[in-house]
Amino acid sequence: MSTDLRDLYQEVILDHSKRPRNFKPMPDANRSAEGYNPLCGDRETVYLKLDGDRVQDVAFQGAGCAISTASASMMTERVKGMTRKEAEELFERFRALITGAKPPVGGGPELEKLEVFSGVREYPVRIKCATLPWHTLKAALNGQGQTVSTELSEGPPAESGGA
Amino acid sequence: MSTATRPAPPARPAYDVERLRRDFPILSRRVHGKPLVYLDNAATTHKPSAVLGTVRTFYEHSYANIHRGVHELSVEASEIYEKARERARAFVNAAEAREIVFVRGTTEGINLVAQTYGRANVGRGDEVLITALEHHSNIVPWQILCEEKGARLKIVPIDERGQVRIDELEKLLSEKTRILAVSHVSNALGTANPVGRIVALAHARGVPVIVDGAQAAPRIPVDVRELDCDFYTFSGHKMYAPTGIGVLYAKAKLLEAMPPYQGGGDMISSVTFEKTTYNILPFKFEAGTPNIAGAVGLAAAMDYLGAIGMDAVEAHEDDLLSYATARLSAIEGLTILGTAEHKAAVVSFTLEGVHPHDIGTVLDREGIAVRTGHHCAQPVMDFFKVPATARASFGLYNTREEVDALARGIEKVQEMFRP
Repeated sequence: MSTDLRDLYQEVILDHSKRPRNFKPMPDANRSAEGYNPLCGDRETVYLKLDGDRVQDVAFQGAGCAISTASASMMTERVKGMTRKEAEELFERFRALITGAKPPVGGGPELEKLEVFSGVREYPVRIKCATLPWHTLKAALNGQGQTVSTELSEGPPAESGGA
Repeated sequence: MSTATRPAPPARPAYDVERLRRDFPILSRRVHGKPLVYLDNAATTHKPSAVLGTVRTFYEHSYANIHRGVHELSVEASEIYEKARERARAFVNAAEAREIVFVRGTTEGINLVAQTYGRANVGRGDEVLITALEHHSNIVPWQILCEEKGARLKIVPIDERGQVRIDELEKLLSEKTRILAVSHVSNALGTANPVGRIVALAHARGVPVIVDGAQAAPRIPVDVRELDCDFYTFSGHKMYAPTGIGVLYAKAKLLEAMPPYQGGGDMISSVTFEKTTYNILPFKFEAGTPNIAGAVGLAAAMDYLGAIGMDAVEAHEDDLLSYATARLSAIEGLTILGTAEHKAAVVSFTLEGVHPHDIGTVLDREGIAVRTGHHCAQPVMDFFKVPATARASFGLYNTREEVDALARGIEKVQEMFRP
């Protein structure tokens, strides 16, 4: 396997794509949203149990590629216990990582394990795969019950990476 | 047919794919350090030097606007443009050159028919019939028309192999059906539809037929008079010609009766603020300055295909299809979608446990270009209950070695995503 492909499909990412964590329905969720990427037909639903402003529990379901599945899986592990603001700040940091943009200034949680997605920036057409779960999480956090599409939601045009 | 009385066809050299490949400059480039293996020909095809050179020469020597000037360049450009129309007539064996309307591509051809013939002939309570195999461009224009007119869109289902259910088609043809739209070859599955038979069934009920020939024109000999279809439309860019040019063939008597499509220059014979008289065929349907150089390039591509022979192209691609079908079927966990008895060189497939998007990315790094996604045919994906497939589609310049490269690439994909 060529080394640059390994930059994208890192072991951690492959592991999460094959054995996604928190991949289950959540009957007692008090928030959920569906994310849709019409370019590849991927659909993911993110479920939340919000306690006030804090993510008490999070899960997801759906069919997606390795990048979007791993991204969703690792996202759910990371945002559990965070406040809405922290989760949104982490999304901004994550988006900067994979688009190669300047990271946002100021506080907020560190990327930590999510750094493994840095290889995505060399694959501009795959950026939307990695951000789909995050857009969906954001919609769920904000109580937007409708489907968010990578082609309609805010952000994606700038996420094309310019390549 | 007896062959004894037929004159021997002119001797044609054996199909020399390596020689043909040298006609396509892009095929010598490398992608990610690997030789390009271009298997996305159903999306678009590459251009041979003959086409590129003809377009360049036209711009360098004979270019001006057409049908307008008395000056020499305009006269030359008009002659070359009309020669291109004649070339297109011959390519599909239409009766007259005035039955050939230049359009941007298949999508515009279908929209033109929906917006002119359709608007004039489809009314409230009427029905438009299409099939479940169609590309979005042969669905949406009819949905728009039906919505505007209060008509109903009816869908002929397909079977498990991806073939149009002719028995259902017969049942769905009713006294309310105003037009039937069908693809000659499916872009998503490669199914080659029995268009001649479908036209005969529709005509028996007095229903005209429009054929989406985008995938057929580059792959199989097309004879619109033999098919007896009323409209046939295809794109230049899928048949080794430039983008932005295509053809709508229509029977002259239909074109005569149809209202114009767009208004503008060249489509009129006289204009006053009180009354405009439309131009004769086909100019009535070609408002504004057309893609002149595109038409010239299209004619060059038709010459190129004609010199090889569409029968020879078809035979070569049939060989690639059987080889690819056998080679890919042998890969465990690989499923080919679309197994029609009559197929063109398009292989749509899924791999167990691997998303098509990931297949596409890994193959790309091997220099192999395939399409992944829904192929603008979401209803077909829904029928097979998959969100997407990977699709290898072959052209006249592909080789068995490239099929081998694809098979090896797929094995690499499996290695990477092995559970």
